[in-house]
Amino acid sequence: MSRQLETLKVADLLARWPFTEQHLADNGHAEIADRPEISLTELLDSEQLVNLDGFIGMMEDFLGSNEEKVSEITITGGRAKDGSDEPVQELTVKVGDVVCIVGPTGSGKSRLLADIEWVARGDTPTGRHVTINGQVPDDKWRFSSEYKLVAQLSQNMNFVMDLTVEEFLALHAESRQASDPEEKIQRIWNWANGLAGEPFALDTPVTSLSGGQSRALMIADTAVLSASPVVLIDEIENAGIDRQQALDILIREEKIVLMATHDPILALMGDKRVIINNGAMQKVIEPSADERANLTELRALDAKLMKLRHRLRMGERLDQI
Amino acid sequence: MRFVTVSGPPSSGKTAVIIKTLEHLQKAGQQVGVVKFDCLFTDDDELYRKNGIKVRKGLAGALCPDHYFVSNVEECVQWGQMENLNVLVSESAGLCNRCSPHIREILAVCVIDNLSGINTPKKIGPMLKAADIVIITKGDIVSQAEREVFAARVHMVNSKARILHVNGITGQGSFELSTLWTEIEETETVEGKRLRFSMPAALCSYCLGETRIGSDFQMGNVRKMDLEMPTGVKTDGGPTDLGSNT
Repeated sequence: MSRQLETLKVADLLARWPFTEQHLADNGHAEIADRPEISLTELLDSEQLVNLDGFIGMMEDFLGSNEEKVSEITITGGRAKDGSDEPVQELTVKVGDVVCIVGPTGSGKSRLLADIEWVARGDTPTGRHVTINGQVPDDKWRFSSEYKLVAQLSQNMNFVMDLTVEEFLALHAESRQASDPEEKIQRIWNWANGLAGEPFALDTPVTSLSGGQSRALMIADTAVLSASPVVLIDEIENAGIDRQQALDILIREEKIVLMATHDPILALMGDKRVIINNGAMQKVIEPSADERANLTELRALDAKLMKLRHRLRMGERLDQI
Repeated sequence: MRFVTVSGPPSSGKTAVIIKTLEHLQKAGQQVGVVKFDCLFTDDDELYRKNGIKVRKGLAGALCPDHYFVSNVEECVQWGQMENLNVLVSESAGLCNRCSPHIREILAVCVIDNLSGINTPKKIGPMLKAADIVIITKGDIVSQAEREVFAARVHMVNSKARILHVNGITGQGSFELSTLWTEIEETETVEGKRLRFSMPAALCSYCLGETRIGSDFQMGNVRKMDLEMPTGVKTDGGPTDLGSNT
């Protein structure tokens, strides 16, 4: 048996794999936590030990504790909609990269993201291949876990659970079996408040957060608690949050950030832009020096709009802008 | 012919997922068909027909819909063979959460949606527990955290199933599901095969048309609730064993 469970005591088991307590309780060993010194061989017969070992293996796959860290993803080009070769034949994105994906509706942005999520191996309509850390990944990326390669944030997403911010984050932390959940909850809450501008309390119900507050909480929560190494941000330009800070948080938490956006500020904040058309990656461009310089002006415009918004909220008139 | 059983709570998006998934197989030149099971009414057969999918529907009416399903499934498989289908899908709603149409050796899919509440995976029982593939829908409108929590809850109930997210409106994820419907064994008949889970014991006077209320009119498989809970004890209000609600 790979984990040598037969040599362990209950206390060792629960310390290493806390989720086994519930599993054992479900299988008729409800009070094991009260008997930490008893050895597992006294508690379980050999078949039950094998089952427990299998359960731990499945949970580890599920929680990602067996996974090697994803540090880069490479997309190898396939075919365009008309069957011609995809102009961009290789695109590698690394942890900390911010990549914008631009193109008209129906141009194939969603398919590109779906190819990444499904870790395509030439078996999707585009014929693309996706590798992780330079290796052809196995099936576990498709099936073994609930968290996939890609976490998504979009304008249409809402909170639907009837819980406070704190309860909500605790539930997410629990389902991820996160270590030190209190610290993570505090961190997410602080970051989200920094992003949103309008502060909210830990006991605010998630369903009564404003659009900006919701987006801020989703971003901070995804950064800290989601296991997916890639975060896709889909059209969140008007969210009323500090966009630079949002990207900084995701980068600090070692995410690969993909943004489907046509917001000029977001697009220029990215390290590169992938141009999609006719179902294929046409070009990868990096912002030019002139574009970067324009970012300053765009930010000033944006700050001005934010200020006007704030004045409206405070009941002022906008006769003078 | 490849045969797939799809189940799931009402309005979870079964029909939309099936249509989007079969579309990919149709594009590959395959003949596809659906048998839709429902209780009192459905017009989903029209929807299937509009999408070029051969369809038959069965309304259980006064009968238990899952018993109706299992009494007709072999005939449905024979219909599919006669129509020269490459893929036949049976669609049925799990209505009392106690039954499951899933058959041993036949690919079993359960569709469940993110909006249904985080305790739903625990509540819906065998149709989720006995599934090979669990499809989670409506992921586009809830947060990433809720998707992760919900999928974790599904995993706790059925840790062996493959969990996929499919969007019934945009079709996102349906191509991926369709690949899993191409790699299954052919089925000529389900005669002699077994259900993965037995249907509930339910033979009381009400099954036979009784409408009057009162102990005098109750015969057969009847069981009384235990209402004498000590005060202050938290209870979920029902027995934990099966066989009570049908």
